[in-house]
Amino acid sequence: MTVEMLGARIMAPYFGGSISVWGSLITVFMLALSVGYLIGGRLSTRNPNPKTFALFFIGAAISSIPIIIFADAIMRPIFLIIEDPRYGSLFASIFLYFIPTSILGMISPYSVRLMVDSHEHSGHMAGLLFFVSTIGSAGGTLATSFYFVLWFDVNQILGGAVAVLLLAGCVILLINYLLQKRAAHAQVSRYEKQT
Amino acid sequence: MKNKLRLLLLLCGLMAVTQTLIAAEVIHEEKSLYRDINVVQTGNRRCLIFNVHRGDRNQTCLDVSNRDELIFSYTKMSFAGLLLTPQPKKILIAGLGGGTLPLAFNDLFPDAQIDVVEVDQAVVNVAKEFFFFEEDANMSVAVNDARVFVKRAGILGEKYDYIILDAFGGDYIPEHLLTQEFLEEVKQIMTKDAVLVANTFSTSRFYDHESVTYQRVFGEFFNFKLPASGNRMIITQLDPLPPRGNLITRAQSLAPSLEKYGVPLLEYPARLSTRVDWDMSRRVLTDQYAPANLLQNN
Repeated sequence: MTVEMLGARIMAPYFGGSISVWGSLITVFMLALSVGYLIGGRLSTRNPNPKTFALFFIGAAISSIPIIIFADAIMRPIFLIIEDPRYGSLFASIFLYFIPTSILGMISPYSVRLMVDSHEHSGHMAGLLFFVSTIGSAGGTLATSFYFVLWFDVNQILGGAVAVLLLAGCVILLINYLLQKRAAHAQVSRYEKQT
Repeated sequence: MKNKLRLLLLLCGLMAVTQTLIAAEVIHEEKSLYRDINVVQTGNRRCLIFNVHRGDRNQTCLDVSNRDELIFSYTKMSFAGLLLTPQPKKILIAGLGGGTLPLAFNDLFPDAQIDVVEVDQAVVNVAKEFFFFEEDANMSVAVNDARVFVKRAGILGEKYDYIILDAFGGDYIPEHLLTQEFLEEVKQIMTKDAVLVANTFSTSRFYDHESVTYQRVFGEFFNFKLPASGNRMIITQLDPLPPRGNLITRAQSLAPSLEKYGVPLLEYPARLSTRVDWDMSRRVLTDQYAPANLLQNN
């Protein structure tokens, strides 16, 4: 949501601040998320593991970097080719935001699969996840639009979001590594006891 | 003697009552994509009001019995640019409002080409229906965002010699029309002898940021304020600013032609100041940093 709030700001120099720019942005975010949900759900059926889960975060972070570095290089040709700012902003949104947003969309269904261990709990877990992710979205929206834009440059905020995603990915990898190590230890000691 | 005074007071009271009795009549109400538009008529005075519930100010007022005369001082102040560029041939006006300003320019310079940019189609419709605005061979309106229009004009190599920035959104000027990058783009479409007239507010903390930004792009500019008005016009050009003596001579030769619009041009040269009355340490507004509407409230 932080990226979405800034998305309009990033596109305004080329496509203006009209309502159609917001329309393009929200449309592309919704489409990207829906594709992400679909792919994330599909991936979760094949050997779900925390490593892939962490890669989603890292992938989203890396694919967000072009928004910081190449935004102008991406928007300028689109501005030159497409005269109508409605379609201009639609295409710019696709090129800038589709990939990172769809990767972020994969996280929710995949984490449902990782956290659910039984059928009875699946609804509860899904509810909890939607709760957390939507609260997070609300927080990101509020913090960005009320405060971050007052304190930082747009690119600094985006850089912060990338850093947070990378950090999340690394923390998951680390926890996974530690858990595996402990599990291995436990197995070894169990094996030792048996013998 | 006392009776006379009482009578006078009574008369005054009566006048006040009748004044309020000439009720403001809403003759048009419309919700556009961007704002609530109201057209209100009080006696002969017809006004365009945006977002009436938030107590916004009138955008444009018009005396229907004397359509030439401009009512708001900020509209009249937009003519001060003539002191720098007295014979504009190609004029760009960002922000239509009721359209009285472009109409007056069209009337004053019938041969000049006037392009108006307005983001809201509903405003264009209301200007045409209620404020006698008309497009003609020399004056046309583009329904577009001013930033987009200016950027494209720059790419196409179009140049203007009189540019008025008067685009206001919900709270204030939209953020992407306040940044250093935007002003650089405006600079690209100015002829060598062009003048830029930007309508801004003279109050709020935001004043400093705005002044610093204009200064960064254009160097010294004329700060034009009138005591009775909350508006501040930034008037500048690409070349160094002319001395005050030149302004006075120009005002004297131009003033008669502006009389019918009610523009007191002769008073203006003394009000154009280059004195820095803002905090120079404020941050320049850029596309990266322009939280204008947040700063407004601080």
